[in-house]
Amino acid sequence: MQLEQLIFTFFNGEVAVRYLPQILKGAVVTVELGLVIIAAGLALGLLLAYLRSLPSRALRLLITIWVDILRALPPLVLIILFYYALPFLGVSLSAFAATWLALTLVLAAFSEEVFWAGIESQPRGVMEAARSTGLTHTQAMAHVILPQACRLMIAPLTNRVIAITKGTAYGSVAALNEILNEATSASSFAGNPTPLMMGAVGYLVIFLPVVIAGRTIERRHGAGRH
Amino acid sequence: MDLIVQYFFNLEVLKEVTPYVLAGLWTSLKISAWVIPLGLLSGLLVAMAGFLVRNRLVRALLVVYIDLFRAFPPLVLLIFLYTGLPYLGVELSPMGCVALGFMLNNSSYFGEIFRAGLESVSRGQHEAARSTGLTRFQSLIHVEIPQAVRNVFPDLVSNMIEVVKLTTIASVVSVPDMLYAARTAQSMLYNPTPIVLAAAIYLALLWPLVMLLNHLETRQRRPSAGAA
Repeated sequence: MQLEQLIFTFFNGEVAVRYLPQILKGAVVTVELGLVIIAAGLALGLLLAYLRSLPSRALRLLITIWVDILRALPPLVLIILFYYALPFLGVSLSAFAATWLALTLVLAAFSEEVFWAGIESQPRGVMEAARSTGLTHTQAMAHVILPQACRLMIAPLTNRVIAITKGTAYGSVAALNEILNEATSASSFAGNPTPLMMGAVGYLVIFLPVVIAGRTIERRHGAGRH
Repeated sequence: MDLIVQYFFNLEVLKEVTPYVLAGLWTSLKISAWVIPLGLLSGLLVAMAGFLVRNRLVRALLVVYIDLFRAFPPLVLLIFLYTGLPYLGVELSPMGCVALGFMLNNSSYFGEIFRAGLESVSRGQHEAARSTGLTRFQSLIHVEIPQAVRNVFPDLVSNMIEVVKLTTIASVVSVPDMLYAARTAQSMLYNPTPIVLAAAIYLALLWPLVMLLNHLETRQRRPSAGAA
């Protein structure tokens, strides 16, 4: 009886069938948002690390400050600033755009740190040797330094990517119709937590493979540090 | 420019809301003071269990536990506890949900850090300790854990910063933390200055810690960079 009740409450087939399309729609938004955050965040992070490697003290200082600020601010605060405060200045972002922008900036800051640590891990001689063969600074970065540093960077990058893309759930605070939002509204509509359960499963289906892949990569590359 | 001053740095609003936001800050600090030690302790226990238990099944289950909560967004976990538990007849206060959710999430994150730390200590240390007559447990406590903590200290600090930032999700289940206070003030006064204030306070609080972390990380990297 107890078990039956539990199943009826949390794994209600009828409710599940009714709300599956809604949860799936949310899952599509979560995946899309996650992918554009990863693409833009890593690209911007790489660009920042490259700019930091240029011989300009002012640029280096500016990037360090910018990166530190974004590492210190809670992402949820950023999303709320972008979504609820910017409209007062006449800049209205959609919930998707606000969440994307906030998490992209955060991922860019964290990945810049990882890229930079990778660049710094290479002895000076590597860059000098590459330059002496006639490569420009940019070419040396792209073809020599970064590929060599790649091993060191993959594990911490995967960890950051997972931690930050999970933040897509914050979008629900800005009424973005991703999984969490769809699941909570569906379960309050149905008066039954089955949709929440489905949402939870949805997150695991999306993120667990990435976590496991990350662990495998970490094993293979030895350096298991964050 | 006027618009920015009026809506983001409005002194009148600032004067009115500062006590309110500071009360929120106090709550945020209290949450952090609870969940960080709890997370460290539970994480250490998870890692110790993984180290001491030889049973392969138990070890595999521990990895599954860690991966499960690493894959699960903390906000989803919190909402799940907050709206799901009452259906089981368990009524936790919002603060109780925050404590439980953070403990589950943190035990996996801190657990993974401690686990990596323990793995970084060479086996010889353990064998040497055992050969002096220490038990497996004594060796873990007196020899391996201190070295493991030193090896992963920057990661621990980094995760503590993440936990403080994460306390903002408590606002979603209406725990009156700093973000909650700021959002309430914003909607009452129809002016986002309180949110800017909250962001500034987070920055003042965490920026020094991020800089400390930078320092720790460079110091840790330096010797190995030379050796490599």
